[in-house]
Amino acid sequence: MRFEGRVWKYGDDVNTDVLIPARYLNTSDPEELAKHALEDLDPDFIKEMRAGDIIVAGKNFGCGSSREHAPIAIKAVGVSCVVATSFARIFFRNSINLGLPILESAEATEAAERGDVLRVDLATGAIENVTRGVTHHAKPFPEAVMKIIAAGGLMNAIRDEVLAREATYAQGATA
Amino acid sequence: MGMTMAEKILARHSGRERVEPGELIEAEVDLMMGNDITAPIAIKRLKALGMTRLPFPDKVFLVMSHYAPAKDIQSAEQIKISREFAREQALQHYYAEGSGIEHVILPEEGWVLPGDLVIGADSHSCTYGATNCFATGVGSTDLAAAMATGRLWFKVPETARYEFTGVRPSYITGKDLILHTIGQIGVDGSLYQVMEFAGDTLDSLPMDDRLTMANMAIEAGAKAGIFPCDAIAEEYVAGRARRPYTPTASDPDAQYARHYKWDVTAMEPLVALPWAPENIKTVGEIAGTAMDRVFIGSCTNARLSDLRVVAAIMRGNKVAVDTLVIPGSRQVYRDAMREGLLEIFMDAGATVSAPTCGACLGGFMGVLGPKEKCLSTTNRNFVGRMGHPTSESYLANPAVAAATAITGAITHPKDVAARELASV
Repeated sequence: MRFEGRVWKYGDDVNTDVLIPARYLNTSDPEELAKHALEDLDPDFIKEMRAGDIIVAGKNFGCGSSREHAPIAIKAVGVSCVVATSFARIFFRNSINLGLPILESAEATEAAERGDVLRVDLATGAIENVTRGVTHHAKPFPEAVMKIIAAGGLMNAIRDEVLAREATYAQGATA
Repeated sequence: MGMTMAEKILARHSGRERVEPGELIEAEVDLMMGNDITAPIAIKRLKALGMTRLPFPDKVFLVMSHYAPAKDIQSAEQIKISREFAREQALQHYYAEGSGIEHVILPEEGWVLPGDLVIGADSHSCTYGATNCFATGVGSTDLAAAMATGRLWFKVPETARYEFTGVRPSYITGKDLILHTIGQIGVDGSLYQVMEFAGDTLDSLPMDDRLTMANMAIEAGAKAGIFPCDAIAEEYVAGRARRPYTPTASDPDAQYARHYKWDVTAMEPLVALPWAPENIKTVGEIAGTAMDRVFIGSCTNARLSDLRVVAAIMRGNKVAVDTLVIPGSRQVYRDAMREGLLEIFMDAGATVSAPTCGACLGGFMGVLGPKEKCLSTTNRNFVGRMGHPTSESYLANPAVAAATAITGAITHPKDVAARELASV
């Protein structure tokens, strides 16, 4: 998968309370959540962002709450991927499980400024900063994580097991 | 080479002799928890997959805590999704509105036990580690996968050891020990690690304080916080355990990523200033800072011993600012009522609410307006956490909260007690 988009650059420790404030957690509808993505961090984001844009941030991105509403909102608003120096662990898991592409690269983060154009190749981990003419490589994910990504998220990865068990229930019912 | 208690628990649950930090494993989960905000997404995922029957319904706990009783129509819809699912699956462990906060209820009722592997779709699920289990917060899709298969993938984390030595002075609680820790190491100071708590200070550290400390492990980025199963923990679980359990200790030659050691004997009560729990000052350094509200509640500090401390300070006093007390569970509420604590709060002019998370996460029940400052016993003070993006939360222990409620400005509890004596 390849993406090209403009950079929205933020600092360290961007937390889930500003990615999607809890006052909007009375719904889990992605479209509804998308309206408030990053609202308390950068009110301009939602007004000016375009589908395919890329969030670039410092260390510990997505720290705080376990709310999956944060990556859901970011994905639903049309962000193509998130590049950060590092991710908070629950946000990392949620993104992998949901299929929101994330990449870890301190160098790419350092080099990028707001408005730069990035070209990202998820398969190779290459992050090309088109504006500045430099390319960096993200840290590769472990194999087990790549399997979940390749399956299209965690629920797809467990689908066969669940459906096989459901089939035995159905057999039991007809027996 | 030995293993830490966290590694032993993960090894046992993945059918291995041993595990090493960095390994990816699939492990059997003993208990899985969701709340009214996170469970509906998990339920949606299970239905989308075509799952009709939970394979391990006894392991599933759903707790209506965050926006319950429903604060609006949308919240009512979220609760309805969980309630209907619980009925459909005949769940034994569905906790309706008013039951309280999951992280208060589950330890109190003896469901999370030494040696367990627990996941919860709430970041503060690490609270349970106070009872010597490996407990970690996950998202809704993780919860759905665990509910569907009984298993989940984990990266084995490194463990860092946090040792506390000496006897705690008056007014130094578990809250102060964990705030001190986060102030020293930062909000990512234990990122992806297990925080193992140790040291002779634990010999007189009650379970409620341990629950507070494990609760805030996530505020240092940790995957879990864990305490040993010592005499205090053993006594706590023995009287309430709902299942057999396996006390688990670290080997003397276990490998730690880091080792911290702090003397607690000269510590002062601490406050985390906006906008992060790592932004620590002593109460003395910021005493006199005017507050608009005081919030006493949450999975961090709303247990019976917390409310007793608050009552001891509020007794015979009046609050100077709007003060809200939310007991953490129905049991805490009932006990506080029987002991006369609720009456003390009301006589002091504070408000007592039914058990819920309330304004801790800024959704309802005591939400902060523009630029309002709140001294809170909660766990997080990021921008907008308790309400308006310009509101400010100051995190402290219940004694500091009670003293601040009485004066209207950040106050050391000894100053309120001293004033009381002087006026006698």
